[in-house]
Amino acid sequence: MSTPLSTAEVFGLRAAFPYFANPPQVAGVPVAYLDSAATSQRPVRVLDAERSFLERDYAAVHRGTSQAVGSATERFETARATVAAFVGAKTPEQIVWTAGATDALNTVALGIGEATAGLGVRGSERFALEPGDEILVTEAEHHANLIPWQRLATRTGATLRYIPVDEHGTWSLDAARDAINQRTRIFAFTHVSNVTGAVAPVAELVQLAHAVDAITVLDACQSVPHISVDFDELGIDFAAFSSHKALGPNGIGVLYGKAELLDALPPTRTGGSAITKVTMEEAQFMPPPLRFEPGTQPVSQAVGLGEAIAFLDEVGMARSAAREHELVERLVEGVLETPGVRLLGPQGTEGRVALASVSIEGLHAHDVGQYLDEQGVLVRVGHHCAQPLHRALGMASSTRASVHLTTTEDEIDRFLDGVRGAQRYFGVEASR
Amino acid sequence: MSALDGLYQELILDHSKRPIGKGELDGPEGALTASHHEFNPSCGDEITLSVAVSPETQQIEALAWEGQGCSISMASASVLSQLVREDALTIAEARARIDAFREMIQSRGTVEPDEELLGDAVAFQGVSKFVMRVKCAMLAWVALEADLKQVEAAQE
Repeated sequence: MSTPLSTAEVFGLRAAFPYFANPPQVAGVPVAYLDSAATSQRPVRVLDAERSFLERDYAAVHRGTSQAVGSATERFETARATVAAFVGAKTPEQIVWTAGATDALNTVALGIGEATAGLGVRGSERFALEPGDEILVTEAEHHANLIPWQRLATRTGATLRYIPVDEHGTWSLDAARDAINQRTRIFAFTHVSNVTGAVAPVAELVQLAHAVDAITVLDACQSVPHISVDFDELGIDFAAFSSHKALGPNGIGVLYGKAELLDALPPTRTGGSAITKVTMEEAQFMPPPLRFEPGTQPVSQAVGLGEAIAFLDEVGMARSAAREHELVERLVEGVLETPGVRLLGPQGTEGRVALASVSIEGLHAHDVGQYLDEQGVLVRVGHHCAQPLHRALGMASSTRASVHLTTTEDEIDRFLDGVRGAQRYFGVEASR
Repeated sequence: MSALDGLYQELILDHSKRPIGKGELDGPEGALTASHHEFNPSCGDEITLSVAVSPETQQIEALAWEGQGCSISMASASVLSQLVREDALTIAEARARIDAFREMIQSRGTVEPDEELLGDAVAFQGVSKFVMRVKCAMLAWVALEADLKQVEAAQE
């Protein structure tokens, strides 16, 4: 394992973020930001990159012939190449800009719907679904990787099935083996759960799915910002992740696809600049990625995302992952030492990335969140867009603390103190 | 008093631990009944609140609820139940209280509540400073409002 970032390095990194260099104060103490899994704060160089692009280089990307358009387009496309290299895409053309990760997952699901409806491009037949075909997901999915598949099933007559979770909200390779069969056409699952933090064995799952010729779709929102991810090596067919959880701007996300699959996927939204030849009767479409990018694109956001990814890459994902693992150990051990607190997900520190969600006996997550808020500890409370998972765990909501490469030990301790403080405040302390 | 203590007053915490009105509706024969399920999609809190209203007097003769949620939403349902039961409110009187409660809760601390009208419910004044909790406090009241609408529609 790589050497974790040192404390000095972490404080050096914090200085590069306006938010952490000069954090907002609550009751005289700086905010402990433990909500990176919801959205991450941005380094100043990401803000600067967007600003300098808008101030000096802004022009109509991919439209017209001027020098200015040329250099704006170059910055836009350089960002794509930076992202491609970072996630192990063989070529930049395998990276499609989308409005966000949700939009990226919808692009795949809706595209398969179009292919089934006969609105395909050359090679789209491979995606067409029919009644009896199965779309497989897991009970732990974020709504963004569930609802598009529900609707695709309804639209095509395919059957939506899911791998159930156990009492901790996790599921195993064996459970996947049981669920995948000859009728499975699509298997969509999350790399790192946004509720349990559990890491899926992607390469093995992809092998199982490919053995029955199913297409695999990965929700990589909680993995790409925290661990080294190489989509090509994992063998995954499609993957989605967001910019705003990876130190980048809002309003942009990424769809990764294997070249031959992206090439056969129909567009779901159509319009200008995604086309080759248009007559009054019909249109022919560009190859990927431009086929999926009709209309005006979030160009300064793409530049900002490229800068954010460059920042992560310079820090080094292996070292930041090692650092985040130390933080997760401190977090999980502290939770396990606290009576009356139930840890969701893996019952230890292994197989877990960047976060821990808890449920406190006798306390509703919103009340916990309110107390922590008063202490300046910023976490996420609620169902984290995973209602079915919480229902399976017998709860409506939970409290999630998430770490990033800038998180300090002190912030973890303030969360743990806050949890114990909430137990005292609401009179629900438990004894062993 | 800190803002947090203003939010979680003793009275609210007491109500959330020993809620009034939780259970099945037991209305007199001949009463008009209505039931409404209200859900807060942001946190999953939910309540099903039922009433029985006398067609003659328009008085709410029974009120009961089932639900789960945070201490604010549960205490608010409890205080509402107490108010309706103790004051034997008519539909019109209940409406006036719902309106007054909503006005207080949405006022961001600017409206001085009428204790005559709202009784213990004035304890929720502190909620109005926490924008994200307004829905929690309103959950049961919105459900009652829907019930009353149903009862009135049934009489038309």
